[in-house]
Amino acid sequence: MSRQPKSLGEEAGSGVRGQVRSGSPGTGDRSGRRPSKKRAPRAEGAAGRRGAQPGQKERVGGSPGPGSPRRKQAERRRHREELGERGRSSAERTCTEKRKKDGRTSLKEQRAPSRKEKEAPRKEETWKRLKKHRSPSLASGASVGESLSEEELARILEQLEDKKKLIATVRSKPWPMAKKLTELREAQEFVEKYEGALGKGKGKRLYAYRMLMAKKWVKFKRDFDNFKTQCIPWEMKIKDIESHFGSSVASYFIFLRWMYGVNLVLFGLIFGLVIIPEVLMGVPYGSIPRKTVPRAEEEKAMDFSVLWDFEGYIKYSALFYGYYNNQRTIGWLRYRLPMAYFMVGVSVFGYSLMIVIRSMASNTQGSTSEGESANFTFSFKMFTSWDYLIGNSETADNKYASITTSFKESIVDEQESNKEENIHLTRFLRVLANFLIICCLCGSGYLIYFVVKRSQEFSKMQNVSWYERNEVEIVMSLLGMFCPPLFETIAALENYHPRIGLKWQLGRIFALFLGNLYTFLLALMDDVHLKLSNEEKIKNLTHWTLFNYYNSSGWNESVPRPPLHPADVPRGSCWETAVGIEFMRLTVSDMLVTYITILLGDFLRACFVRFMNYCWCWDLEAGFPSYAEFDISGNVLGLIFNQGMIWMGSFYAPGLVGVNVLRLLTSMYFQCWAVMSSNVPHERVFKASRSNNFYMGLLLLVLFLSLLPVAYAIMSLPPSFDCGPFSGKNRMYDVIQETIENDFPTFLGKIFAFLANPGLIIPAILLMFLAIYYLNSVSKSLSRANAQLRKKIQALREVEKSHKSVKGRTTARDSEDTAKGNSKNATQLQLTKEGTTPHSASQNQTTGKKAQDPGISRSASRITLPVSQHLPVSRPPGVRPDSGQPRPQTHPWRSASGKSAPRPPH
Amino acid sequence: MGNKQTVFTHEQLEAYQDCTFFTRKEIMRLFYRYQDLAPQLVPLDYTSCPDVKVPYELIGSMPELKDNPFRQRIAQVFSDDGDGHMTLDNFLDMFSVMSEMAPRDLKAYYAFKIYDFNDDGYICAWDLEQTVTKLTRGELSAEEVSLVCEKVLGEADGDHDGRLSLEDFQNMILRAPDFLSTFHIRI
Repeated sequence: MSRQPKSLGEEAGSGVRGQVRSGSPGTGDRSGRRPSKKRAPRAEGAAGRRGAQPGQKERVGGSPGPGSPRRKQAERRRHREELGERGRSSAERTCTEKRKKDGRTSLKEQRAPSRKEKEAPRKEETWKRLKKHRSPSLASGASVGESLSEEELARILEQLEDKKKLIATVRSKPWPMAKKLTELREAQEFVEKYEGALGKGKGKRLYAYRMLMAKKWVKFKRDFDNFKTQCIPWEMKIKDIESHFGSSVASYFIFLRWMYGVNLVLFGLIFGLVIIPEVLMGVPYGSIPRKTVPRAEEEKAMDFSVLWDFEGYIKYSALFYGYYNNQRTIGWLRYRLPMAYFMVGVSVFGYSLMIVIRSMASNTQGSTSEGESANFTFSFKMFTSWDYLIGNSETADNKYASITTSFKESIVDEQESNKEENIHLTRFLRVLANFLIICCLCGSGYLIYFVVKRSQEFSKMQNVSWYERNEVEIVMSLLGMFCPPLFETIAALENYHPRIGLKWQLGRIFALFLGNLYTFLLALMDDVHLKLSNEEKIKNLTHWTLFNYYNSSGWNESVPRPPLHPADVPRGSCWETAVGIEFMRLTVSDMLVTYITILLGDFLRACFVRFMNYCWCWDLEAGFPSYAEFDISGNVLGLIFNQGMIWMGSFYAPGLVGVNVLRLLTSMYFQCWAVMSSNVPHERVFKASRSNNFYMGLLLLVLFLSLLPVAYAIMSLPPSFDCGPFSGKNRMYDVIQETIENDFPTFLGKIFAFLANPGLIIPAILLMFLAIYYLNSVSKSLSRANAQLRKKIQALREVEKSHKSVKGRTTARDSEDTAKGNSKNATQLQLTKEGTTPHSASQNQTTGKKAQDPGISRSASRITLPVSQHLPVSRPPGVRPDSGQPRPQTHPWRSASGKSAPRPPH
Repeated sequence: MGNKQTVFTHEQLEAYQDCTFFTRKEIMRLFYRYQDLAPQLVPLDYTSCPDVKVPYELIGSMPELKDNPFRQRIAQVFSDDGDGHMTLDNFLDMFSVMSEMAPRDLKAYYAFKIYDFNDDGYICAWDLEQTVTKLTRGELSAEEVSLVCEKVLGEADGDHDGRLSLEDFQNMILRAPDFLSTFHIRI
């Protein structure tokens, strides 16, 4: 928490420090020339660069040859060093040499491969500057003598790291663009110049090559990122919505997009590993009974009304469980389809769990602890309540109104926090409201149970009407449509704060949907059990039919009988396919109801309000019907439950995910259009604050709840005997055992058997519980420590502040003195008007005296540059860029106090 | 990449990508937005870095900003001279800070500057009053405004000096759950 302000200040500091520290032997007296260049802001910078080009052409003409005077001079100097001067350590010398050569090689390397011609001038310019700096560097290096050593090398390395870090983080520095560009260019030049110098001996070329590759890699990554952002669909649509309706409505669409991505992956998984292999390599349609429409249904199997109910040909297609054969391997690839089917079913859940949990985790990582918000009610209202995304005047009006109300509410809360008026009435109303809502929930649950039971009756009867066939779906959709508004009406009794009200509303709708879904499931389960109990009979019947067919008399015994036509074989009801069809229908009807609701409830209403307003007695737009608001909670919950149905159903109907992908795709476009054309922004614009994780939490819950029935079915229901990839097995998971026994070496099978032993699993579960308990307690203690630290820091800061006010006065005096004494440092010191101490002043004076030390002297003069140039307005002390000056390694103040902003620039 | 644009040189684009949180495409889009604000003023060739400023009146009328009560402050904070007239660099800077990718610290720093109406390095009671007035369009009474300011100072002023320093502000804003989601402008 409190580390963050510091880190910002430090970043700013370190950037400058890095730049300042470039008091390397190589750039001895760059200071003299640097300022003029640096002072030129970005605008003139480029002009200067163009101006530099003639010079560089000159260089290209003559200088690299050994005849160039500057070069000769350098050569001579080096010679002299080699002969006599022992002042410089050998390490430094090799370093310089290396740098020299490397500058050349790296230039060659960089220029030769695939660099655009455009870029060449810059390279050459760098090269020129590099050369320019080199000869003086040698001069100064010779004069400084002992100070250059391996330490210098280490320092260069450190600086190099600093610069690289700077390049990576320059975008998050609070500097104006011109300064960022200059800093960036300088850092890049520095890195380009020195990175080659650090390789050792023969590794030098390799090092340069690696650097080149690293650069290429960065470039590639950037291009790839560019590409990736271009691939994100509907970005502009969502931005449009965001600016019109605020972030809360947009969060629904972002969630929808995310869901679409997840479904696309699931679709790819199922389609690629199950459906395609089956279609390509499985036995074709009509070859075996499970892949053939029965004789009785044949004449109606292509009717649209039948197809619309997912009966007929669609029922006997690869979209449903029953179509798959239990042949162990199919095709010339010997693809193990039943195994693949099982594994894909499991991995659909695995992937979904993983992705939901991962996105939840990444959502929580960015957020801070929520417990604090009570301490900062007003501050948060003041500084974070405006949604900068709003770009629509109507929304803005609503936002102003809501902010005003919320301020007033908080004021009222503050003033009369313990005012209790008519608490009995409120309590009574709340209890009443909850009672009513529970009644509604029970009623809807019973209704669904009743309807599903009735539909089982219908399914036994012949010629039922369309309504009777689709009663379940219709009733469920109607309940989903009418119950939420009913709840809202009832919730008006409760008189909750709207935010709390929204949570209750969400919870109730969730309970409704969940109850409906589970009632539906239970009823379905009854149905399944009924079908399973009938199965034995049908099995016998099938057996007898086949037996009679082959053994019946009246056939020429010499000619073998043609096999019975697959359409004529009696077969079981295949409960898996029936369940899959139920889910499929539910999904489709849900989609249709959603679209029709949007069309009628939003679009037609909007049209009516818009056009009838000209000839109506009251103002329709402002008055009663008005335009619809976008119902975020309802839509999100609808999406989540739809996804739950997909998860549950995808095991029995592999095609369901494909249908869902289509549904999400169309609803993205359709809802985008509807929301932009016929909805108005919310009256109380509220932010999508962390609600994304709330959605994710709901999604996780639904995922878990939809995992349960599927796991139950896999583990404890016997699969149908004559359809599906697991037919003939006792349980669906037997397919794994079978594969292990047949396809793996025996010892692996033994290992698996051993692993599946309860004696091993129970300890493992216990161990997991222990680990969870341990981690939980660790995180608790950590958060406690965190809170304590925060308190300490708070106290420290208060102490420091009180000190600061005393210090500030002395500092001002000191800096004046120094300014008189040392004109060079004048700018710097005036700018460090706060937090400077007597100690720091004296340091600065000594700095000025040590003018011969190139590193520090340059720092002293260079430090003024960014300040004098880029600080037109006053800056708060914490992030002042001049706060990071060259400092001794052990800084008494930084290490001791750890305080952040007013760091003494000694 | 075979981009046909000739507005920037390749290096300029690379440098802008290093200095902002934008991809090349977004930078180009931002440039065209900028250019659209004053087509007769802004040249279509930035390779020579022309010194062009778009006046605040045009910046403030962008749909992204026109409904923002703090638009003038934003423009002032990001402009070179504090007058709200922006060069392309300022413009890119502004939207880079306001982009989704910008880190909390950076956003907090600039938010502080935006709310510091009189540019004195502290958010004092007067600044707070300005903020509240802008947020509520002056619909709160004077007592209410002063009460709110008092409350804010009481909550966030860590050192009890009657004004918010950058530290105080950061300390407060970094705990705000909605700060990141609301302090950004999509473009």
